[in-house]
Amino acid sequence: MSTETIKPSIWAFANPTRFNAFANKAIPVFAVVTFILLTIGLWMSFNAPEDYQQGYTVLIMFIHVPAAWLSMMTYSVMCVSAIGTIVWRHPLADVSLRSAAPLGAMFTVLALATGSLWGKPMWGTWWEWDARMTSVLVLLIIYLGLIALAKAFDEPSEAALPLAVMTLTGAPLLPIIKWSVDWWNTLHQPASVSRFDRPAMAPEFLYPLLVMALAYMAIFFTLHMMSMRNEILARRIRTMKMQAARERKSGGGS
Amino acid sequence: MFALLKREVLLSIRAGGGTLTGVLFFLAVVSVFPFAVGPDTKLLSHLAPAILWIGALLASLLGLDKLFAQEREDGSLDLLVMQSHPLSITIFIKAFAHWLMTGLPLVLATPLFGIMLNLSPLGIGATMITLLAGTPAISFIGAVGAAVSVKLPRGGMLISILVLPLVIPILIFGVAAITGALEDPAPFTAPFLFVCAITLFTSVLGPLAASIMLRHSAD
Repeated sequence: MSTETIKPSIWAFANPTRFNAFANKAIPVFAVVTFILLTIGLWMSFNAPEDYQQGYTVLIMFIHVPAAWLSMMTYSVMCVSAIGTIVWRHPLADVSLRSAAPLGAMFTVLALATGSLWGKPMWGTWWEWDARMTSVLVLLIIYLGLIALAKAFDEPSEAALPLAVMTLTGAPLLPIIKWSVDWWNTLHQPASVSRFDRPAMAPEFLYPLLVMALAYMAIFFTLHMMSMRNEILARRIRTMKMQAARERKSGGGS
Repeated sequence: MFALLKREVLLSIRAGGGTLTGVLFFLAVVSVFPFAVGPDTKLLSHLAPAILWIGALLASLLGLDKLFAQEREDGSLDLLVMQSHPLSITIFIKAFAHWLMTGLPLVLATPLFGIMLNLSPLGIGATMITLLAGTPAISFIGAVGAAVSVKLPRGGMLISILVLPLVIPILIFGVAAITGALEDPAPFTAPFLFVCAITLFTSVLGPLAASIMLRHSAD
């Protein structure tokens, strides 16, 4: 590597090689942090006391709630990436958006599935068309639609702007999900952690939940960075293949 | 601008398969429901607002994929993009013409289908007003979907997948307003104003987003 000094800005990573060099160093660190946080979080979760009403099923909360948070955080990351694509045409913004979409879809599936498993013993139903669940289901459909859109283009770089525009068009859903429990008073209970006054949750439940949330975030950043690195490499392979095909064509014949 | 509107409307009337197909599709969707849920008039009149709204929603999605695709094929899209007028106004006109040719006929056909579904006159009126206020938003959001997939050879299916989740709020408030008109405790004004607000909001932002997209894909 050259020894030139680069101003530390987001543009330093516009060079994919530089980003990959950074990612190669950062991914092991993130992975270790993820492992530690997840171990602590799971240990704390399983040592949390039984809820006086819910019994052991309250443990589902520690994997359900962070997954739901992450499903929204991932979409926020995609929205920021979309702005990066539209406003600055940052080459990595598109890579970031595209690699975040499957992760977001996975977190959403996890939130819906664990919520369903939790809902059966608590509410007596696997599924209810309640405001929160329905809006999260719509979020999942949007994720899947964006993935389908990303795959529909032959040339990955051509999908950048369509993806960004479509991502931002879906952005109003995020506040709807966030406040759906307050606007429509249906089955799902309102927020009990992110409130302006003190959280309405006992500390022996709150701390494991927060650690698990941090662990989930670490998982996301690790996987996101790995996926971005893979996307960059995949595009490079694609370019090399096309170059090889072109050379063969011009070298071998008419 | 008026010339463009006239051109769009004439094209969709004379090229055939525009307006009438939408209404026919609407009829087909509406008449499928009684087969599925049974010809119980009480149940049907209860479901009628929802059936009419879903039918209108699906019918409005028809032809969205052709909103810009034909212009792109014959090259006139580039001319539209390079005009001196702001591109978003051009797109607004095109989306409005799409609504005139798909949404408005549905609104006008609603009384007939409402009677067939045993809907009360008040319910028919409420359905017409909410459809009139709500269906333009489908065209404006659809313009974004059409612009996004204009380069795709097989974009038709994808547009529906992308656009349908985004129009769910209109459906919710539209049906809520009709329910409010028919049943006493539920309010009519509040959900109806939400429908109007969504339409106004999308009429500005939809064409704007689509214009960003089209300017990029025109090069």
